[in-house]
Amino acid sequence: MALDDQSKAKRVFKVVGTRPLRPDGVDKVTGKALFGADLTAPGMLVAKILRSPHAHARIRAIDTSAAEAAPGVKAVVTAADFGAPADEAVRDVLVNCMAHDKALYDGHAVAAVAAISEAAAKAALKLIKVDYEVLPHVTDVDEAMKPGAPVVQAGRQVETVGEGFSENVTNYCEFGHGDVEAGFAKADHVIERSFRTEATHQGYIEPHACLASFASDGKADLWCCTQGQYMVRNLCSQIMGMEASQLRVTPSEIGGGFGGKTTVFIEPVALMLAKKSGRPVKIVMSRSEVLRATGPTCSSSMDIRIGMTRDGRITAGLARLRYQGGAFPCGTVEMGAMAAFAAYDLDAVRTEGWNAMTNRPKQAAYRAPGAPMSIYGVESVVDELCQHFGLDPLDVRMKNAAKAGTKASYGVTFTDIGLSACLSKAKAHPHYAAPLKAGQGRGVSCGFWFNFGGDTCVTLNVNMDGTVSVTEGNPDIGGSRASIGMMAAEELGVTFDKVRTQVVDTASLGYNEVTDGSRVTFAVGLATIKAAQAAKTVMCQRAAKIWGIDAEAVVWEDGCAKPSGPNAGDFPPMTLAEIAAVSSQTGGPIAGHHEVNADGAGVSFGVHLVDVEVDPETGATKVLRYTVFQDAGKAVHPSYVEGQMQGGAVQGIGWALNEEYIYGDDGRLQNAGFLDYRVPVASDLPMIDTVILEIPNPGHPYGVRGVGETSIVPPLAAIANAVSRAAGVRLTSLPMSPPRILAAMDAARLAAAAE
Amino acid sequence: MSRIHVNTTVNGDAVDFLCEPDETLLDALRNRLGLTGSKEGCGTGDCGACSVTLDGRLVCSCLVLAAEAEARAVGTIEGMAAGEALHPLQQKFIEMAALQCGICTPGILIAAKALLEKNPDPTETEVRYWLAGNLCRCTGYDKIIRAVMDTAADLRRA
Repeated sequence: MALDDQSKAKRVFKVVGTRPLRPDGVDKVTGKALFGADLTAPGMLVAKILRSPHAHARIRAIDTSAAEAAPGVKAVVTAADFGAPADEAVRDVLVNCMAHDKALYDGHAVAAVAAISEAAAKAALKLIKVDYEVLPHVTDVDEAMKPGAPVVQAGRQVETVGEGFSENVTNYCEFGHGDVEAGFAKADHVIERSFRTEATHQGYIEPHACLASFASDGKADLWCCTQGQYMVRNLCSQIMGMEASQLRVTPSEIGGGFGGKTTVFIEPVALMLAKKSGRPVKIVMSRSEVLRATGPTCSSSMDIRIGMTRDGRITAGLARLRYQGGAFPCGTVEMGAMAAFAAYDLDAVRTEGWNAMTNRPKQAAYRAPGAPMSIYGVESVVDELCQHFGLDPLDVRMKNAAKAGTKASYGVTFTDIGLSACLSKAKAHPHYAAPLKAGQGRGVSCGFWFNFGGDTCVTLNVNMDGTVSVTEGNPDIGGSRASIGMMAAEELGVTFDKVRTQVVDTASLGYNEVTDGSRVTFAVGLATIKAAQAAKTVMCQRAAKIWGIDAEAVVWEDGCAKPSGPNAGDFPPMTLAEIAAVSSQTGGPIAGHHEVNADGAGVSFGVHLVDVEVDPETGATKVLRYTVFQDAGKAVHPSYVEGQMQGGAVQGIGWALNEEYIYGDDGRLQNAGFLDYRVPVASDLPMIDTVILEIPNPGHPYGVRGVGETSIVPPLAAIANAVSRAAGVRLTSLPMSPPRILAAMDAARLAAAAE
Repeated sequence: MSRIHVNTTVNGDAVDFLCEPDETLLDALRNRLGLTGSKEGCGTGDCGACSVTLDGRLVCSCLVLAAEAEARAVGTIEGMAAGEALHPLQQKFIEMAALQCGICTPGILIAAKALLEKNPDPTETEVRYWLAGNLCRCTGYDKIIRAVMDTAADLRRA
């Protein structure tokens, strides 16, 4: 039964790899599933939040007396109601939830009102008088870094960042190996280009929502849509100055997160209002609040320099990355710097990254945070070098591809990875050979993400009727109840319909890290398999007891306990159901647990292939055909693996073509709605074809790798490379909106005419 | 402001409620009638998560005043299945993994049903343009479009 002896590559699965109906499907197609805003409590109040209309302003005073006296108002809170958490990162979260001495961005919360109705709360907000001293602001990353730029927060430098920068520059990192200058000297051609990407929002359709209840004995309950109930408990209990055990957080169904629900924005406010009013308090954000005050990703400015020989060997790579992550220190650029050249096996590579604070909302994680931008820059320059030498872009990538044994630019040495396999599959795919018409272009890009494991805790109960209950602590955003239940069924040798997986509150199970880092199917799956193995050990002991033989003489095979061989005795196999039915007589309930800080997540690579057509009159881009190739390790439920590949690709298409935070000269966000912040709609897109590759991850019993994030990484460069080839000019700024493409085409025409 | 007494039909049931003059149909459905299947993703008619039918016509319930439901017939996601029997679109969405988080699903199902009632044999382009007012951030739409096309084909054969 020793799991690690099993040959992962040769293992024949019965449940894993099939496509059963997801257990929460009926609730979600009938409107029964309860999301964050769907929860109510008796006596509930509704709260609204007052937000700064200024990009940067000192708050001299806040007068809430008129609001407090308004009809129906039960509580008003400002920063003055909160203490100062000891931990700096937690304090930043609190300050982001409720501005302290300064409003740091347009939309920053400054006060909140709980009242008997939404109308009463809204009316009371208008009675709050905030005395602002408007300060100079900065929203652009390059401007924010310059000496003399308006300082967003003083004294927040995390690392030594070097000379010549403003106080907004908080973080610096560098990675790499080899002699980069010597590498460039060996190149037949070197291209250096600067790129910019705009901030994009995760764009989950469900706005943040929560319901808080606080009893006078100090016990509190919180229901909310989140990617991690334990994260919410830890942040909120520290902010509220209470013990974690006294705050129970129950996750609702979650209407999308993509990283944006890995922190808190409204939950501490609801808790404080509930504490002050003695009544349950509900807060639901509007879409405008979501866009103005919750986590967009970083915007970036970067310089990429790559050298290549005429036969396509990359001799050196250099990336200088500048990210802004809003009004607080932010380490996202570090992941961008680590990921930039991850796809390549290089002798000489160097990446540097700086983070700058700006008067923008505090960035939150967004699907492979930091990686899409830097890889967009690198993959664009690689493509331009391929054009320069007239080389096939897939051949060049294959020639330089990272493989098992490659030392990555960020220091690790890769084990089994699927990049070369993805590239070969792409090369052989009919899409790559399909003819293109005039005005059309084909783009290619590699993508990479680290994948995480982390703290995970699973309990698996074998019920007396032969069914199995899996208790886990990670909100199911895209079908993970199904994949977890499938792995439990596989390991126990029962059918999928015998297993029900529950996502539970913080009081019911030990700590679990948030649903992020593509970790759930990997880490919760791993813990579920180990919990099932623990339960199997118990069941073998019970069978041994019934048969009167040694527990060591019993093995588990095909869902049954069996004597290990003829010498062990001659007993008919006992099924899980048979053992469970008599568990009360053999020692009591049967359960398995597993608690782990899971490592071995296994990095993930993908390759995207896209055809576009650019309209030379309007600059509009139409995506004609799209194919995603990605290594899933082992695809547990292939439909949902495909779904991750397709969904990430389309978010990346939006990032490449439409989506951007647009700030006016006044530092205010000008497009805080889905009409003007335009995410891709169905009519913008073709089908997104998928090719799943399965190169088993040595770190997981079934070979599983996370698949959620890698898919958003390649589209930025794949689309940019396709557009650049179609338009006949290199595009270096995202999004490639029609005006930007037209301007680039016009500039190229003028330059050509001048020559 | 005095409240308005509205008599209407929701999913075939005669119901009545009191609402504010400026209250949306979406808020009345969710907060007064307990029908939380219709979702608010934007409140400005851009995302389609609140899609319902009003006398058979597809509307964003966040853009309709609750008082406008007087003497009309409202259809919501809660009325799509017949008891335990799912509508073919609902069944197909589960089978073909046409949902991930599920927040946009009620609105997309209501919109897709309205499409198939109007046009039982839509092209892929027609499905894509009909659903262009329903945002989905998880799926990239691929499996949704396929599920609608597949259901339409099944219904034509039935």
